[in-house]
Amino acid sequence: MKFLDEFRAPESCRRLLERIRAAASREWTIMEVCGGQTHGLLRYGIDQELGGCVRLVHGPGCPVCVTPLESIDFAITLARRDDTLLASFGDMLRVPGSRESLLQVRAATGNVRVVYSPLDAVTLAQKTPDKQIVFFAVGFETTTPATALAVQQASRLGLKNFSLLVSHVRVLPAMELLAGDPGNGINGFLAAGHVCTVGGFDTYEEFTARYKLPVVVTGFEPVDLLTGILECVEQLERHEATVANCYSRSARREGNRAALSLIDAIYEPCDRPWRGLGVVPMGGMRLRAEWAEWDAQRRFQQEMPPVAEPAECRSGEVLTGRIKPPDCECFATRCTPESPLGAPMVSAEGACAAYYRYALARRDPRTR
Amino acid sequence: MCLAIPGCVIQWNETDSPFASAVVEFAGVRREVNMALVPEAREGDYVLVHAGVAISCIDPEEARKVFETLHELALADEKAHAEAAEADRDEEPGANA
Repeated sequence: MKFLDEFRAPESCRRLLERIRAAASREWTIMEVCGGQTHGLLRYGIDQELGGCVRLVHGPGCPVCVTPLESIDFAITLARRDDTLLASFGDMLRVPGSRESLLQVRAATGNVRVVYSPLDAVTLAQKTPDKQIVFFAVGFETTTPATALAVQQASRLGLKNFSLLVSHVRVLPAMELLAGDPGNGINGFLAAGHVCTVGGFDTYEEFTARYKLPVVVTGFEPVDLLTGILECVEQLERHEATVANCYSRSARREGNRAALSLIDAIYEPCDRPWRGLGVVPMGGMRLRAEWAEWDAQRRFQQEMPPVAEPAECRSGEVLTGRIKPPDCECFATRCTPESPLGAPMVSAEGACAAYYRYALARRDPRTR
Repeated sequence: MCLAIPGCVIQWNETDSPFASAVVEFAGVRREVNMALVPEAREGDYVLVHAGVAISCIDPEEARKVFETLHELALADEKAHAEAAEADRDEEPGANA
């Protein structure tokens, strides 16, 4: 496929690996904050190839993994109602709530529908007028415009049976939280290419100035990942900290203006609890007051009291890069994709799932 | 979650946002995609599609630059290797004899 295959070419990757090894005078710690990148790094063995030059730590880059338990429990409550269909990305289904998962509720009630796009949930609402359709709106800035479009479409169609359970999160406030922790040990960040495609990266300039950490906007294919890592290492070696764009075929400084004005019309930033991180100031999005009738929480008059995490699961430390998944005693023993303790083991983009899938298979000594 | 796939715009169907749409082809598979966020896309352009919505037009010129840089790296490496080989030959005993 054009714009994919050439970015996976082994010869280009080999050359970039050599460059990174030659450039690094010590081991640098670089964090990515996108689950798609986490999986790319593990899948292609880039983390292994760069041992000794770059230590890759994985940030809270999986929106499914940071969706708070109380939101999942609320979604489950809705899916247990006779008058409601809960529409969700497939990723969300196996994430354990405090008592059960949406997958289990789907088996019991049939009231959970997996959709590829939030706009498919609007179509479902048109076709199913006797049911309330609630779309579980999780995701970073990449996904927020799609759910905003769903609200606009539902409004234009005059649908009274469509609403959103909004759990959207914003990446930069979480990066600030991590960068502000003096013990984080992070030397630089790879910024998520598709988040920046929507949101731009001018907002990162203040961040690099404040924390003196390079931020490199990076894509997802091996050539993209290695180009981003090389830029980050070269900046670190030169004692520089700037925002660089290594995903310029898609991400532009000012972002996608149409998407940003759409988000701004429908949503506003708010404080939001992230699973594993606690409340992130301005770390979430909520519907603006004028769109409140599309808010499932309001429609179903539901409070979401905080729910305690299972004590055994160390996903909070995984999500903040303090430990790697195999450091957890439960990894691949009491916690597996079939029987997960926490979200990062089941989400397609969770760090624990990535190590389980790729690092275990290659008998990486780090996975015991 | 933030996965987005490049596809080629085949035909615009509707230009009225939020229902703007086009047929987009991904490795031979055609799908209807929401185009509200990329009104500038023309047929034949590549767009990145996430959750049924095109979020950007791919800039082919910028994509090419990555490989130009890689090509320059390759040339620099070759030159360095050639120079190293030259230096090795010079150091060989009797090479100047």
